[in-house]
Amino acid sequence: MTTSAVSLPASLRPRQVLSWFGVAPFFLFALLFLILPTLNIVVGAFRNAQGQATLENLGKLFSPSIQSAFWISIELSLLTAVLGCIFGFLIAAAITLGDLPRPLRNAILTFSGVASNFAGVPLAFAFIATLGRLGFVTMLLRHWFGINLYGSGFSIVSFLGLALTYLYFQIPLMVLIITPALDGLRREWREAAESLGASGFQYWRLVALPVLWPSLLGTLALLFANAFGAVATAIALTGSSLSIAPIVLFAQIRGDVLNDPHLGYAIAFAMIVLTAIANGIYILLRMRAERWVK
Amino acid sequence: MAFLDIQHLEKSFGAMHVVKDFNLGVEKGEFVSFLGPSGCGKTTVLRMVAGFETPTSGAIRIDGQDMTCLPANRRNIGMVFQAYALFPNLTVEENIGFGLKVAGEGKVAIRSRVGEMLELIGLRQLGSRYPFQLSGGQQQRVALARALAPRPQVLLLDEPLSALDAKIRISLREEIRRIQRDLGITTIFVTHDQEEALSMSDRVVVMHQGIADQVATPFEIYNRPTTRFVAQFVGTLNLLEANVVDAAAGKVLLGEVPVSLNRPLPGRTGERISLAARPEIVTLGRSDGDHVVLAGRIADVHFLGSVIRIRVAVEGGHLSLDTFNQPDRPPPSLGTPVEVSVSHRDLLVLAA
Amino acid sequence: MTGKRFWSWLAVAFGGLYFLLPLVGMFDFSMRMQRGAYSFEAYRVVLADPQFQQTFGYSVVLALLTIVLGILIVVPTAYFVRLRFPGLRPVIEFITLLPLVIPPIVIVFGYIRIYNTSSILPLTGSWWGTNILLLFGYVMLSLPYMYRSVDTGLRTIDIASLTEAAQSLGAGWARILTVVILPNVFVSVLSGAFLTFAIVIGEYVFAALLNVDSFGPYMVWMGGNRAYEPSALAVIAFAITWACMGLIQLFTSFSKFSTVRR
Repeated sequence: MTTSAVSLPASLRPRQVLSWFGVAPFFLFALLFLILPTLNIVVGAFRNAQGQATLENLGKLFSPSIQSAFWISIELSLLTAVLGCIFGFLIAAAITLGDLPRPLRNAILTFSGVASNFAGVPLAFAFIATLGRLGFVTMLLRHWFGINLYGSGFSIVSFLGLALTYLYFQIPLMVLIITPALDGLRREWREAAESLGASGFQYWRLVALPVLWPSLLGTLALLFANAFGAVATAIALTGSSLSIAPIVLFAQIRGDVLNDPHLGYAIAFAMIVLTAIANGIYILLRMRAERWVK
Repeated sequence: MAFLDIQHLEKSFGAMHVVKDFNLGVEKGEFVSFLGPSGCGKTTVLRMVAGFETPTSGAIRIDGQDMTCLPANRRNIGMVFQAYALFPNLTVEENIGFGLKVAGEGKVAIRSRVGEMLELIGLRQLGSRYPFQLSGGQQQRVALARALAPRPQVLLLDEPLSALDAKIRISLREEIRRIQRDLGITTIFVTHDQEEALSMSDRVVVMHQGIADQVATPFEIYNRPTTRFVAQFVGTLNLLEANVVDAAAGKVLLGEVPVSLNRPLPGRTGERISLAARPEIVTLGRSDGDHVVLAGRIADVHFLGSVIRIRVAVEGGHLSLDTFNQPDRPPPSLGTPVEVSVSHRDLLVLAA
Repeated sequence: MTGKRFWSWLAVAFGGLYFLLPLVGMFDFSMRMQRGAYSFEAYRVVLADPQFQQTFGYSVVLALLTIVLGILIVVPTAYFVRLRFPGLRPVIEFITLLPLVIPPIVIVFGYIRIYNTSSILPLTGSWWGTNILLLFGYVMLSLPYMYRSVDTGLRTIDIASLTEAAQSLGAGWARILTVVILPNVFVSVLSGAFLTFAIVIGEYVFAALLNVDSFGPYMVWMGGNRAYEPSALAVIAFAITWACMGLIQLFTSFSKFSTVRR
């Protein structure tokens, strides 16, 4: 610091002004391409075609078709989030606490990084090639075990198929997030509990799970939001045969269905609200979880 | 048989033989320290006593009962860890009450015992805090209370002070010892800090490469070390290489200077041995009687306040000696020729 | 001990089955274009398709531009916030998290509404405008990853001392940022960049709704009209994702190697 600048208020220093130029592009960018577009949607959801304030658009959300689309979306997101949490937790527990060789752990973590980013269109193709009508596993089951998957009502373009596909990025995401939390369970906690007479079950019930709880619930919320906003996988997999909220919105924007932009606003707004709630829970619990970790 | 009896304990991790034929008997109410550098096996022995490691062979008995294969949660042993290891999701009170709770004790009994423990460690007003709201010293005191609450047969302390600041370390040292005496609990204390081991313990086990080199009182360990490792690891030591001239008569040659020790030596004539002396038994100037007197020059002077440590270059090496500070006598300047004296009796003889 | 190990292996084995089967399936499918024999025919057809070359090339260029623009926006911001405006940190962090909170489809909907042909800034009206809009959209999508990587990188170096040292030697801001700061956070920037690349290269929703013919919409079109080629495309996309993640790992392990531990 130069001594001459000390007497000036911080905001007036020439250097400070220069620094504002360093961050200004960011704020301009965020405003134009993130905040204004979102605000536009939010405001649009409460306006009619004439620009007057109304709740009519939100009311349209409760039409049976839209409502069912949202319900399917919520069910799908919740199911894949819960299953993703459970299976991801088991895998993460296996590689952190399960006494497995170190290289395997690293391989699984790297793979999780890849798989959690391998979403969208290619993932859908991979699952069609595997569980589609002529898919690898479908054929395998038919020829080797005599099981007719599609004869039993299964279809990759169904709710179940979509859930199976979503799990492919949900589980690895859980592994990536929960592994550090499991690593944070210190060996001494378990040993201290044991030396105080606790069984393994008592240790998990009284110490490990309560410590992990915020992380687990937080990740659940994140996985929910993650599945809820996924569009490309669903479209590439099912076309528009399965009516879930993002696909309905996609069709609205494309103008494929009824050209009512304000219904689009309302659907988009509802999606923001749902994912914002989920993410809010995540961030809140995350902060709570970090309170214990120095 | 001693209260805690460890016999022929061995432990290997793969090809690493970390504990070799470890034997120890600890009396009821005794405070024993395991002292040694990191990797000497002291923590491994402690963890085997606690039940976190299974011995490769050997036996551990407490009060006559064989513990060797008992799981940790059925041994009734209290353990305090280096990094506190308090349960972060539980309050101080819940932490202390944990052992009682898992044992299925009633709420009232738990509450009164927890209160007693809080009183003991002097943290009565902090019972409802969470561990992250406490200082390191407070956390370690809570950990101690937690370990003691279920009235364990034996208390194990695994370097409990090494994560703390120097000042707190000393005050907690005294507190641990006080509590241990009050409760009369049999205690094993693992440390790499010789000052801790010497000041706190009834007996010290100095460990080196998986072997217990010497088991004795702090006084013995310091003044009569039996191995070269113990002598060097505990306290500061002057070592001078010498050749035995006459083993029976105790005559050796320090470089060119003949020195008579006036007692028979273990080595044979012509062998090399080491002569060792603590800095505080070496004096500046010529002392008559049973003293070995060596000539040398002042090589270095460290003024440490109450003590002045002087290094003197003599035949066969360097000698460090401590003198007390005296306001009217400034330390000698470098290069001054001096004579130093060591009593025959206090000069230790160690195998080279 | 052995029981624990058994259950761990079991969990990993089941996980492995679930995660490997689709990969095997897509690879197997991509090789079956010629009846009765395994062949790389589907790959040959895809790679020879001018549409593929065009859309893929377009997406690569767009991804690279996204990375460059992202760095230009994020690095100075992260730097000045750390150095001069620590109070702004929560605000910036909140903003950079928003793209994870708001579904992308909602944001692109907003774009279409704000930048339509009858607005002040009619970006969607022209070819250039649409491409610029898509570019900025992708920068926005990559913002959480880019910002977090760069900020983590900046945390490990003492930027205040580095800046003062450079200033005392007479360097200006542009020079400090490009010569001193950027090389020091290069590895973090690179990991953000590879992640961005992996996200942008096959992105579908933005491109489709802005009517841009990039790799994502091309893949969906193929999915609707061909049988074996989509699997080949999926394998290619998976390989790209894998390569990006692998490179991130590689560079981070290098940087761990080269930085002095304090």
